[in-house]
Amino acid sequence: MTGGMGTAETTITLNGAKVTGQAPADTTLVRWLREQAHAYEVKEGCNEGTCGTCTVLVDGRAATGCTTLAVQVDGATVETSASLADGEELSPLQAKIWENGAAQCGFCTQGMLMSAVELLRSGVEVTPAVVREHLHGNLCRCTGYQAIVDAVVDAAAEGATR
Amino acid sequence: MTETLSSRTASTTRVVNQAVPRRDSHEKLRGRTRYAGDVDIAGQLHARLVRSPVPSARIVARDASAALQVPGVVAVLFGEDVPNNEIPTNTAGIKGRPLPPSWVLAVERVRYHGEPVALIVAESPRALAAAEALVEVEYDVLPVVSDPERALEPGSPEVHEGGNLLSQWRIDRGDVDRAFAEAPIVVEGSYEAQVVDHAYLELETGIGWLDDEGVINIKASTQEIEHYRRIAHIVGLPDSKVRVQAPYLGGGFGGKEDMTVEPYIALAVQRTGRPVKMVWSRQESLTARAKRHPVRMRYRTAAAADGTLLAHDIEIVSDAGAYPLLSGFVLLYITLNAAGPYRCDNVRVHSRAAYTNNTPGSAFRGFGGMQPVLAYEAQIDRVADAAGRDRVEVRKANAFVVGDRIPAGQRIETAVWLPQCIDAVLEAIGPRPEPSSPEHRVGLGLACNVQPYGRVAWMNDSASAWVGCERDGGVVVRCGVPDVGGGQVSSLAQIAAEVLHVPMDSVTVHFGDSARTPLAGRTTATRQLYMSGNAVLSAAEELRGQLLEGVAQVTGQPVSELTLTEGGVLTPGGVVPLAEVVAMCLASGVAINAMRTYFAPTGEPVTELVDSERIVPDFTFGAHAAYVEVDTRTGQVRPLRYVAAHDVGRAINPLSVRGQIQGAVVQGIGYALTERIVYDEGVNLTGAFYQYAIPTAADCPEIEVAILESGEGVGPFHARGIGEPPIGPCAATLASAVEDAVGARPATLPMLAETVLACVDQGGRA
Repeated sequence: MTGGMGTAETTITLNGAKVTGQAPADTTLVRWLREQAHAYEVKEGCNEGTCGTCTVLVDGRAATGCTTLAVQVDGATVETSASLADGEELSPLQAKIWENGAAQCGFCTQGMLMSAVELLRSGVEVTPAVVREHLHGNLCRCTGYQAIVDAVVDAAAEGATR
Repeated sequence: MTETLSSRTASTTRVVNQAVPRRDSHEKLRGRTRYAGDVDIAGQLHARLVRSPVPSARIVARDASAALQVPGVVAVLFGEDVPNNEIPTNTAGIKGRPLPPSWVLAVERVRYHGEPVALIVAESPRALAAAEALVEVEYDVLPVVSDPERALEPGSPEVHEGGNLLSQWRIDRGDVDRAFAEAPIVVEGSYEAQVVDHAYLELETGIGWLDDEGVINIKASTQEIEHYRRIAHIVGLPDSKVRVQAPYLGGGFGGKEDMTVEPYIALAVQRTGRPVKMVWSRQESLTARAKRHPVRMRYRTAAAADGTLLAHDIEIVSDAGAYPLLSGFVLLYITLNAAGPYRCDNVRVHSRAAYTNNTPGSAFRGFGGMQPVLAYEAQIDRVADAAGRDRVEVRKANAFVVGDRIPAGQRIETAVWLPQCIDAVLEAIGPRPEPSSPEHRVGLGLACNVQPYGRVAWMNDSASAWVGCERDGGVVVRCGVPDVGGGQVSSLAQIAAEVLHVPMDSVTVHFGDSARTPLAGRTTATRQLYMSGNAVLSAAEELRGQLLEGVAQVTGQPVSELTLTEGGVLTPGGVVPLAEVVAMCLASGVAINAMRTYFAPTGEPVTELVDSERIVPDFTFGAHAAYVEVDTRTGQVRPLRYVAAHDVGRAINPLSVRGQIQGAVVQGIGYALTERIVYDEGVNLTGAFYQYAIPTAADCPEIEVAILESGEGVGPFHARGIGEPPIGPCAATLASAVEDAVGARPATLPMLAETVLACVDQGGRA
């Protein structure tokens, strides 16, 4: 602790790399990721846990970065959408979304991807209904969801986990 | 007009009309796309607005001294600090009465909840938050008017001096009274639609800085980079001293057509000389940014015994909220679309927009073409029922055909594939699902619509584009379109690649920059593909001619012997690669770039009485069908399956067209079933996202799309616009499905449980 109103040194493993920085106690994970770690792929859409654009995986579980404090995840592993592609090459899930036209404005996509990855890794049998239920915390205002649902089902059918 | 017949009649295409993954999506998926809010500049300041907590008040006193004591606060601006605090209004009003301006920062009076009063600039968001509570503004609360019909009554509190009527339009075609007197069928209905929010996921945001030329640069999430002129006026600079860039947007839907953050960023940059970032919160966006107009619509419709429409008599009142913004034009669209896609020779429409102390209304996907669909589709069903005829047949019998005049006077010049769209959705909707319990009822709904694309004719719309070759044979497009997420940029790349016979990957598009890309107008009114697409097509065709000319000059072959083909120019002696073609052009004094401007057809302005040969460039038609299930105990409506068909003329990218239609359907389902902004005497109670129920994936049905291609639009390659049209029929489709399920039809949006339960009671099928 550095005293004052409560600032803690916070270290996370972000997409495989250690990141350390000061985090005031009231700083949300999404702001900390953007401002301290320059992880601009994590988007803020409502700051109240409703829209899901800031969804990241914390120790493998989907969490909204606006309702998680940075200091809460000290020592944790955090994965964002930037971790999925292999350089220029899209991950299998991303490729399905791309081919299917399921990323339009692309803003919800960052959180949507991480919720979908959580589902793909879960081993649950992936049907359209399962995908819709699993993604219900990620709002999208452009695509109508259909192309996203189709892409996740297609990716699961090919055994994709990212 | 610069398009040529040759490419318009091209029968085979390589890139256009193909479902190619969008070029922007790749980087978006990698998380690498930098939206306006993803830019930070070392040394930047942050800015935030202080907004009115009350909907109507006189401002008695303002004091920033305590706020200025907060460490890190650099400046607090009030209206007096703004060089030109009045924002001139640019919309259609009523004859002989100037429209009131809106204000960058309110000085004497606030007229809606959330109106900006002060601008704080500080070193950090934390300092802004601390200072916000310390900017002291004393309000003397004034009477509130929040109902548009009450606002129009004598004695109502005046939102602006001179009365609350902002705008009115009339259509008066044929002999309506006589048609009603003689008609065997007359049906009446009242319909009401609510206030809704765009709810794009990227908030209003931007960053500004001063460059070495003394130009204020603003990179913002906006559908309109050409606000730079307005912004320059506000800060008292020449137009050329403000530059606006729009990187890829995280959605717009009309909500970023008016200015949002831009003037405040410009003021803060001007005042401090430092970079300034501004991000509105979701709560600010919901509370204070302009919304879709709520309307009340009263229809009387007369028909012949066989269901042929004879007359409409329509009264519409729209709530414009506290300032004009684009309300006059939205009301014009409500008026000219009031009778829908059906022929009717006797039509009277009187529409009025009233000021109230609610959030201002302005552009939202559909732009007034949307609200009346609920009404005209219910009316045609009532006519069919009264005539004892099939609702589908009555629609087909009354549908416009080429050459018909819309009630506002303009002739329909391109194909009307309404019957084809109806057939497509009825075929694709499939068998009726079984209800999930004895308490559930399943219903099938159908609705059609018409929506213009392109701007109103007397806006004299134009779009410019530059297309050029690099020396390595690459192609560059420069076009000032903002890409709101609909694939605007990718479609331009497709068009250039098609004409110049290069792969999509060798086309680079520079877009959305008021200083460095040719101006192409706003991404609104379903106009960008139509306007900028035609401009790019024309410039690319010009360039193609130049490339052939260059080869002709060097090789001595006549141009007529040369064709552009994959990889270069085909000559009798073989293919000359594009890089060599470019060299030949430069060696012979032929330019390797072309800039062209596409001009939309123009027309004389109309005032009040809407009767003109030319109001809009063209129209897009469509039909939707859906199954819903109604729980007769709870009134819950669940869409089970949804099919939408639109004639898009020709799909430049079928993938993007499908995406536009599916996305619009879900936005339309939200409008129909769940979304609304709630006011209590002007106080906006919907201040958080969890209070505003936009549909989730789990709420939405499977959505199938039928893309019809009549080949008759006025866009590039005969495309029609498709951005707005598919949101139109959704509410009417679901209302019709609920009626089929329970026997009575909701006429008020959203279709809340109590509304649907009343239909269940009325229908008597529970």
